Amino acid sequence: MANVQLVGIKKHFEGVKAVDGIDLEIADGEFLVLLGPSGSGKTTLMRLVAGLEKPTGGRIIIDGQPVNDLPPRERGIAMVFQSYALYPHKTVFGNISFPLSVEGMPREDIRKKVDWAAGLLGIGHLLDRMPSQISGGERQRVAIARALVRRPKVLLMDEPLSNLDAKVRHTAREELKLFQREINVTTIYVTHDQAEAMGLGDRIAVMHEGTVRQIGSPESIYHDPANTFVAGFVGIPPMNFIEQGGLIVGFRPESLLPEEVGPEVECMRFRLRVERVEDLGSHRLVYGTIGKDKIIASLTISIRLSEGDEHVFAVCDREIRRFDPKTGVRVRQ
Amino acid sequence: MSGRNPFERESVLAPLMLAPIALYMVLLVGFPFLMAFVYSFSNVTVGNPEFHMVGFRNFAAVLRDPAFRHSLMNTCIFTFSSIGLVLVLSNMLTELLMREFRFKWLVRFLIMLPWTAPIALGTIGYLWFLDSVFSPLDWLLRRWGLLGTPQALLGPASNMYWLGRPGLAMASVILVHVWRLLPLATMIRIAGMNSIPRDVIEAAQVDGAGYYRRLFHIVLPLLLPVISVTVLFSTLFTFTDMTVVWVLTKGGPPDNNTQVLASLAFLKGIQGGDLAEGAAVALFFFPVLAGVAMVVLRIAKKAVVT
Repeated sequence: MANVQLVGIKKHFEGVKAVDGIDLEIADGEFLVLLGPSGSGKTTLMRLVAGLEKPTGGRIIIDGQPVNDLPPRERGIAMVFQSYALYPHKTVFGNISFPLSVEGMPREDIRKKVDWAAGLLGIGHLLDRMPSQISGGERQRVAIARALVRRPKVLLMDEPLSNLDAKVRHTAREELKLFQREINVTTIYVTHDQAEAMGLGDRIAVMHEGTVRQIGSPESIYHDPANTFVAGFVGIPPMNFIEQGGLIVGFRPESLLPEEVGPEVECMRFRLRVERVEDLGSHRLVYGTIGKDKIIASLTISIRLSEGDEHVFAVCDREIRRFDPKTGVRVRQ
Repeated sequence: MSGRNPFERESVLAPLMLAPIALYMVLLVGFPFLMAFVYSFSNVTVGNPEFHMVGFRNFAAVLRDPAFRHSLMNTCIFTFSSIGLVLVLSNMLTELLMREFRFKWLVRFLIMLPWTAPIALGTIGYLWFLDSVFSPLDWLLRRWGLLGTPQALLGPASNMYWLGRPGLAMASVILVHVWRLLPLATMIRIAGMNSIPRDVIEAAQVDGAGYYRRLFHIVLPLLLPVISVTVLFSTLFTFTDMTVVWVLTKGGPPDNNTQVLASLAFLKGIQGGDLAEGAAVALFFFPVLAGVAMVVLRIAKKAVVT
């Protein structure tokens, strides 16, 4: 296995700075998630690591070896595409074995390795089928098996779960994490889905406009956002922001509680005007305004709130994050 | 309401709309085919009103004729060499045109040009190019010292006589025909390439496949339906074509060195006036073309299903 180092990586497409100077180090066996909205450059960054794009500047080092000038096949990487990109004219076996037969591996060894990969993903019974004859979830497993069969140094995954329906996606996520641990391959995973990012990543790099805005564990990204972009992008619903005393004050929807159930001390109190209440079963979302800022509170307790009410809410001081209104950067006291 | 206007009734409108093509098929395809069939078993000629059925005599005569055997051979060489070359060259052109480079529009325009020019006109251009005395190619070769001196690579003669030497004449005819087929083949090829998801090609790249492995294991199998249709249509065009041969060599140099079936049928039937024997030669196309048409239809059907 291997670590990956990116030094000052840039990729400009005819004046558009898709990736604009990124430094990143991914440890051996680490699961790194690139999280960002579409157009943030996360897929481009992955394609640069894969060698499918040439960087405008900077260096890519895999396992201590600079790979800038190497074609994809000499980088020891494997990739799972969003569309799975299976070879439609080859059987499942033909798909999974392709990377091995390219290497000129003997037939029996290929058989063994394909059986190993197919067994790992539970698709041993599908080997004779064509891609068009299996379900979306099965195709995704075939794509992963094809990527893993060579035991790559680095596994790249570009939104591999986004084409699955919501039900399968949960189990697929779980399994993905399990076998990544099992074979302990360095993984870079691109997604715009923060639930996936939080659930899968050892670390998350939040990207925006071609740069990494914050990198850290899922907890630190969520609880310790470095700037308003990360705070506003991560979390469903996102962090609330209100202007107060020349700073932006931010707090999570679940930290905003009605005064009567909130803690007594060290709290900021707000008069919140309730505009709409959404009951989602496990919790309720309260849409409202504080002054003229729009706010969402997420409540798990049952308390009577109806539209049009004014109610005092409170946020514990330690739940509050402050940001510079000009730069959006976190201000720490 | 709908019964009032006859044009709104399907039972009227459908035959009406189909009538032109039906008429065309009957008058310009069916009738001449039938006539050719009948003529080939008769002794009809242009000048003589006499008309007797003579059975297989024409076919026997044609088969005994060395010119026919020569032409059949030439037709096969002409067809298969042209198509082989078109396949390789259209692959190269497709690779070129799928890339981004400066003045791509100009290159694309020039490559597509042969297709837009009338075939006979384009071929006449080549007739001048390959002229036995004034060929600019020969002039270039002489300038570069490849021709016209005792030590020259291509011989001491002052000209190549592109259309006057047996092997060279055939090669010239094939190359001009390739020039003419290439734009269409390339266009179809590019359209086919664009239908292959880029991901699949990139997946093969990441999986370690180099250019030729990608070409033979991924791209060509996926293009197979498109390519086979191109090949079969080119076969039809080439097998039945006489424009290039007729304009460039009229089947010569002497001894039918570039004579193909179509030009032979024309030579015998129209120029020679022996309609019966001309028809017999032309009928040899029928089994080949029917076979090709069947394959095309089968592939087209398969392509619709998948």
